[in-house]
Amino acid sequence: MDDFYKEYILDHYRNPRNFGRLDAPDAAAEDLNPLCGDKICFELKLDGDDRVAEVRFSGKGCAISQASASMLSETLHGETLEDLARIPEERVLENVGIGISPARMKCAMLGLKVVKNAALRLLSDRAEAAGNQST
Amino acid sequence: MLAAERDLRAARIARDFPLLAQPTSRGKRLAYLDSAASSQKPQAVIDALVHYYTHDNANIHRGVYELAERATEAFEQARVKVARFVNAAEPAEIVWTRNTTESINLVSFTWGLQNLGPGDAILTSQLEHHSNLVPWQLLAAKTGAELRFIEVDAHGVHRLDDLDAKLRGTKLVAFSHVSNALGTIAPLETIVARAHAAGAVVLVDGAQSVPHFPLDVQALDVDFLAASGHKMCGPTGIGFLYGKRALLEAMPPFLTGGDMIRKVAYHDTTFNELPWKFEAGTSNIADAVALGAAVDYLESVGMDWIREHERGLTAYALEALRALAPRGLSIYGPEQLADRSAVISFNLGDIHAHDLASILDTEGVCVRAGHHCTMPLMEKMGWPATARASFYLYNTEQDVDQLVAALHKALEIFKL
Repeated sequence: MDDFYKEYILDHYRNPRNFGRLDAPDAAAEDLNPLCGDKICFELKLDGDDRVAEVRFSGKGCAISQASASMLSETLHGETLEDLARIPEERVLENVGIGISPARMKCAMLGLKVVKNAALRLLSDRAEAAGNQST
Repeated sequence: MLAAERDLRAARIARDFPLLAQPTSRGKRLAYLDSAASSQKPQAVIDALVHYYTHDNANIHRGVYELAERATEAFEQARVKVARFVNAAEPAEIVWTRNTTESINLVSFTWGLQNLGPGDAILTSQLEHHSNLVPWQLLAAKTGAELRFIEVDAHGVHRLDDLDAKLRGTKLVAFSHVSNALGTIAPLETIVARAHAAGAVVLVDGAQSVPHFPLDVQALDVDFLAASGHKMCGPTGIGFLYGKRALLEAMPPFLTGGDMIRKVAYHDTTFNELPWKFEAGTSNIADAVALGAAVDYLESVGMDWIREHERGLTAYALEALRALAPRGLSIYGPEQLADRSAVISFNLGDIHAHDLASILDTEGVCVRAGHHCTMPLMEKMGWPATARASFYLYNTEQDVDQLVAALHKALEIFKL
């Protein structure tokens, strides 16, 4: 943990990228880490090709959770919902660099969990709507 | 005792606790400041546990052979020790449980379900740990009773100006003697007196007070007192409920089965007398015996001394932390030392408590960070999380100095 709080982590913590809310997002989800009170919400707007056109995240919590969410938010443009649902944990680890202790892994992964939930929820809503139409 | 003398004694006491001598994986000295979460154990307690399993282990109450008699004697002697520790009128008023949480649930499921109904109220406080809140929420929902709260101000001090109004119709007052989140010492005598005058029964959550304060349940006249062994130098998995005999006798059993019975037939059963009516199945014998050893140890140190030491060390810590106020250190909880136990919740600048605790960890300092199982309180106060340092008989000024040095490191890392 000594090396963890590098410049760029502190930078993302204090100046989170894509921070805020979206009006009428296409996909959204929120989660909290009950262990420490970290809260993250991701909102996404899709373009005509059904790819991520706009991303916002909001919430509050520790530097690890917020910085990790901020860095993740920068990598989502142009992804499809299926891509989002399949983002591997490695992407988060690459972003934040080395040194997260096992106890803090949940904080680092919270943003990713929320992004995946947002994508999966929209996919599932669409599947249900399609199902309803055909019955 | 002079501060220096007191601190020296605490350092000697710390040597009775083998775990405290372990450096961390980074080779740092361990400064264990999380006794509010769980306490370390003296060698005497560890030895008592090992001795029991090496020499005295058997099931209790039923065996006729000498080994079983020794096990039973050790188990019941531990009960006598705990009864004496809190000055209960008799050992039968001490029921072994797993921990404070289970003790509270026991009262909720037996006394609570039997005595509460629509039109009644349960009064608790805004400071409560989830274990002394959630059981009452469920009890209120099941019985139709109303759940009310004694409010606290921005410093976590109880507001009693509307206490009598809140006591009207209240049948049970359940509150913590000491707040695990803020260290607030509740005005226990006042609340007990007014509660009894209003005809209510009083349950005290003693998780953070029984280990640290000399207590006399008869003098305080509390009806129920709940506590955990692992917070008072005892092992995990053992705790107790003190209850006045008359109340315990009138309560139906909690868990049922072996050992809590007198006579069993296929279609009905009569129950055992106190305290065994409330101890179903094989108890946590070994850990009860070890808790008895913990009581012996605490009494050998002296609860009055422990209280004095904690007060002195808390004063030292508060002064050191207040010196960091210009660098962004905020201390929460009562402003008056007399209203505080040895628990200090704080934040540093815009550093989230979790990050702070991680950095402190790299310097060998163990504090807790988060909501401390008091989510509603954190929400009310507007704090996403706090860091918490807590002291016990084995902590010294060196521990506090190590905390302060680690806080300086955090300021450096976060460029504050």
